[in-house]
Amino acid sequence: MIYMDNVAGTKPDKRVVEKMLPFISEKYGNPSAHFYPLGRESFEAIEEARGHVAALINAKPDNIIFTSCGTESNNLAIKGVANNPEYKDKKHIIISEIEHYSVQNVALKLTNYGYEVTKLKVDNTGLVNPQDLKKSIRKDTLLVSIMHANPEIGTIQDIEELGKVCKEAGVIFHVDAVASCGHVEVDVEKFQCDLLSIASQNFYGPRGAAALYIRDGVRITPLFDGGFQEKGYRSGSENVAAIVGMGEAARIAKEEMAEYSKKMIKLRQKLWDGLAKMFDFLHFTGHPEKRLPGHVSFWIEYIEGESLLMWYSLKGVCAASGSACSSNILAEDEEELEASHVLTAVGVPNDICAGSLTFSMSKYIEEKDVDYVLEITPGIVNRLCEMSPYFNKK
Amino acid sequence: MAKGPYSDKVMDHFMNPRNMGEIEDANAIGEVGNPACGDVMKLYMKINDEGVVEDVKFKTFGCGAAIASSSMATELIKGRKVEEVLELTNEAIVEALDGLPPAKIHCSVMAEEAIEAALKDYYSRMGKDPKIVDEMKEKIKSKVVS
Ligand code: FES
Repeated sequence: MIYMDNVAGTKPDKRVVEKMLPFISEKYGNPSAHFYPLGRESFEAIEEARGHVAALINAKPDNIIFTSCGTESNNLAIKGVANNPEYKDKKHIIISEIEHYSVQNVALKLTNYGYEVTKLKVDNTGLVNPQDLKKSIRKDTLLVSIMHANPEIGTIQDIEELGKVCKEAGVIFHVDAVASCGHVEVDVEKFQCDLLSIASQNFYGPRGAAALYIRDGVRITPLFDGGFQEKGYRSGSENVAAIVGMGEAARIAKEEMAEYSKKMIKLRQKLWDGLAKMFDFLHFTGHPEKRLPGHVSFWIEYIEGESLLMWYSLKGVCAASGSACSSNILAEDEEELEASHVLTAVGVPNDICAGSLTFSMSKYIEEKDVDYVLEITPGIVNRLCEMSPYFNKK
Repeated sequence: MAKGPYSDKVMDHFMNPRNMGEIEDANAIGEVGNPACGDVMKLYMKINDEGVVEDVKFKTFGCGAAIASSSMATELIKGRKVEEVLELTNEAIVEALDGLPPAKIHCSVMAEEAIEAALKDYYSRMGKDPKIVDEMKEKIKSKVVS
């Protein structure tokens, strides 16, 4: 099997798993019970992890709050700010059209509570224009939330420019860096952001651990109240093993990212060039250069995405599709089959279920894997073209 | 335990679609599309003088369920008389495929509609009012109900 759906989650590094194991067996102490060694051991392990995570994004350990997933981090950031009495007079939020559901839907929900939401348009490569952002900031703008990299089309925003605009205007800036952290540099100082979300599963750590960076002075109201874990920002017993794994994954990423990203960029180019040569009716999505290292995404005329995805899967290649037909296939009714808002935003024709596909590589991908994908692609595409009533019309 | 959204039958018809292609001298061609998700299904039939579907082929732009439904529909109508073909419902297609996920039922509906559209084409080529197909369908339905 060739796993090229790494935006959905990466394979945990062996060293990460090893580091976690004792914390799901003999080192079971509750980190809040640090008056005896068993508890203290867990407490210290979490603090060590906090240090590694902080180092990965150039933050102070004190500003890192562990959560359970990227969605929780995004919710905590946006609802946390919106719910804080300190900011009660500011009722305007800015996001982009291509944000993850955990940002879009949170913002949408806030409109029920008197918030107004501006969705910034992106160009056809998926970039937000910093000038557009500047123009849309108002006196009552509370928060801007923009993702660093988009998992579906791979585009990486000019986040430093956007950060500068927010800083100048004095609005809180949240960055969803879930897809990018561990693959390209994420630096809260360079980004000039106030809040930043990352998730362990996206950089070879386990699922169930994520973090939110909160800059000093930003007021956050927690999502749930309880026993004051994570300084009260995130009450509830910590998932110690997962946090330890995340810490180890962060440590490894910091040390090795530059090297594996270089390799992935090379393989990305190989896949990209190979596909480009094959069909003139294959269209790449996202930005050609400002993109995630191992990320190639495209759509194919005449072919529907789910069929494409299924054929790759039958040939042993795992990928992702943003077409409606593959979305929520286990839903209770067809109303829930919706084409991806990201693809629509970058102008992929949505009157048809575009055959969109995303290959996202990991550090484990080898050249022979890319060769294999290139080798099986003509067969798959030709087969589906042959079946398509659209194809002959040309 | 669920093995995934699609049954083995669906996967089989997706991987090895039966009767895929076009018929040059078809005398019944139906094309339908689903605006909601963009599926398009085109059905070709060759109906002989006895009113029997001698040959049938399809072309489909669509998901796994749409391709499997098209393929299964052609298998179910090949060699049948037009009147019998009209009795074929989407439920029968779903059943023959050992089920479809709820969100994908409309893909089988499309197959039923493609058959209807092809038969309408067939009757209008014979100089008859294509509405006859609707009337026949109505009759079949009321027969089933009573
Ligand atoms: S092709 Fe879109 S759901 Fe069947």
